[in-house]
Amino acid sequence: MMTDDGSGGMTSLQDAAAVTGIGETRYVRGTEKSALRLTLEASLAAIGDAGLTPRDIDGVIVYASGAVVAEDLLTNFGSEDFRFSATTPMGGASPVAALQCAAMAVATGVATHVLIPLGRDGHSGARISRRVGAMRQFRVVSEFEAPVGANAPAQYYAPMARRHMALYGTTSEQFAEVAVTMRRHAGLNDNALMREPMTVADHHASRMIADPFRLLDCCLESDGGAAVVVSGAERARDMPQPPIWLSGMGVGHPDSPSAITQRPDMTRLGLAKAAPRAFEMAGVTHDDIDVAEIYDCFTYTVVCQLEDLGFCPKGEGGAFVEDGRIGLGGALPTNTHGGLLSQAHVVGLNHIVELVRQLRGDCGTRQVDGADVGLVTGYGDLGDGSIAIMHR
Amino acid sequence: MIRDDRPLPEPTAESQPYWEGLRAHRLVLQRCAACKTPRHYPRPMCAACFSLEDEWFEASGNGTVHSWTVSHHAFHRGFKTDTPYVLLTVDLADGVRMVAPLVELVDDDASRLSLGLPVVLEYDDVTDEITLPRFRIDG
Repeated sequence: MMTDDGSGGMTSLQDAAAVTGIGETRYVRGTEKSALRLTLEASLAAIGDAGLTPRDIDGVIVYASGAVVAEDLLTNFGSEDFRFSATTPMGGASPVAALQCAAMAVATGVATHVLIPLGRDGHSGARISRRVGAMRQFRVVSEFEAPVGANAPAQYYAPMARRHMALYGTTSEQFAEVAVTMRRHAGLNDNALMREPMTVADHHASRMIADPFRLLDCCLESDGGAAVVVSGAERARDMPQPPIWLSGMGVGHPDSPSAITQRPDMTRLGLAKAAPRAFEMAGVTHDDIDVAEIYDCFTYTVVCQLEDLGFCPKGEGGAFVEDGRIGLGGALPTNTHGGLLSQAHVVGLNHIVELVRQLRGDCGTRQVDGADVGLVTGYGDLGDGSIAIMHR
Repeated sequence: MIRDDRPLPEPTAESQPYWEGLRAHRLVLQRCAACKTPRHYPRPMCAACFSLEDEWFEASGNGTVHSWTVSHHAFHRGFKTDTPYVLLTVDLADGVRMVAPLVELVDDDASRLSLGLPVVLEYDDVTDEITLPRFRIDG
């Protein structure tokens, strides 16, 4: 249950809940399976991993921007004693934000086991510019920016990266370092889509999409599903897998959340507000973080989040990713599964699964030695941020 | 005609004066009627003083480059014939930002771009109803 943090009636979510089950489908580019079927396959895997059956799930948090609604799951599960349903509408920051929401639900006893599933046909279904146009949170940019030619996240985010480069001297070589590192990690993951080795020269030779983003600065569009189960502390101790504790969580919106264009500082994301809250809740420092899974829709997004997380001052993220620091064997191994850039795009639920796997010590050749504490971030829509710090 | 495939704005009750202004080749922006804080994009409430009363004023359209991107890939088929095209984020002298294309990219225009570069607003009549903003480098 929740613990008293001594501040006079306030409670902390620190270690009040744990991830008790994880599941993933195979990731592919090309499927005839629906998003719902992919969601159910991943859910069954996670529920089975937790030693549960679908009817033990009494709470779900579905992806607000996705095709699947809670009722789809309850109907397929034959649920009879369902107690909690929510969405955490923060685009790509949603799954990590859902961890905090799920922890609140199980810590208070509102629900016992909360499922966070996500399946999508991002490659085989509607492509990104059509999906974005249909989302209400993009209503403002759809009216004012789409008509002048900004129609997809690459075009919305590129000016953030360009300004970062102009202000701080961040380089395309540094972005390439992120892409090359993710690809190297993907090579150690047999469920990663892009495993062919990549060099900085390959990155620079890839075609320009939205300057400064080249093709290899951009994440994949893929098909597949991933899911996790979050359970309360008391139950978690008696479940088959070692509990991976949720010790610190936070979410944050950037200033001017509806339009990057109008943001006072477009190089500062919602994560900059969320991260200090999460570190304080967890009671850990940056030096304690053994492994990081950082939402990588674009290479720049990793650079910027490393700053907003507080691993380095604003403007020094480019230098931070140099010299192998974010690679396996480096000081902060990052996206050990290959990330959205080279594993698959499951809106970062694959990042949560990977962090749990690392903290369980189940990552084989890509295992970070002595991974006790790690963090996972989400980044979404027009700069929303989320973070969860976990430990074994 | 490719251009007819482009997404067009659908003005709302909130944004109508802005679009009507562009159609008349005037930049008309919203500000708070109480504390006079300008805001863009149009919306009901002033985030500085929470007033729901607004008014509109004619802005200069002069500004400087805050950031930019050069689109080499069209994510909407209506823009395919335009690539590569520059999208500028501009700090308007009137206190808000605006995103609009740089008029006709020629050769090394992209390499001329830098933070703070002065630009001037122009008007692009795309239909009888809709005029879109665009910028040209000042001088």
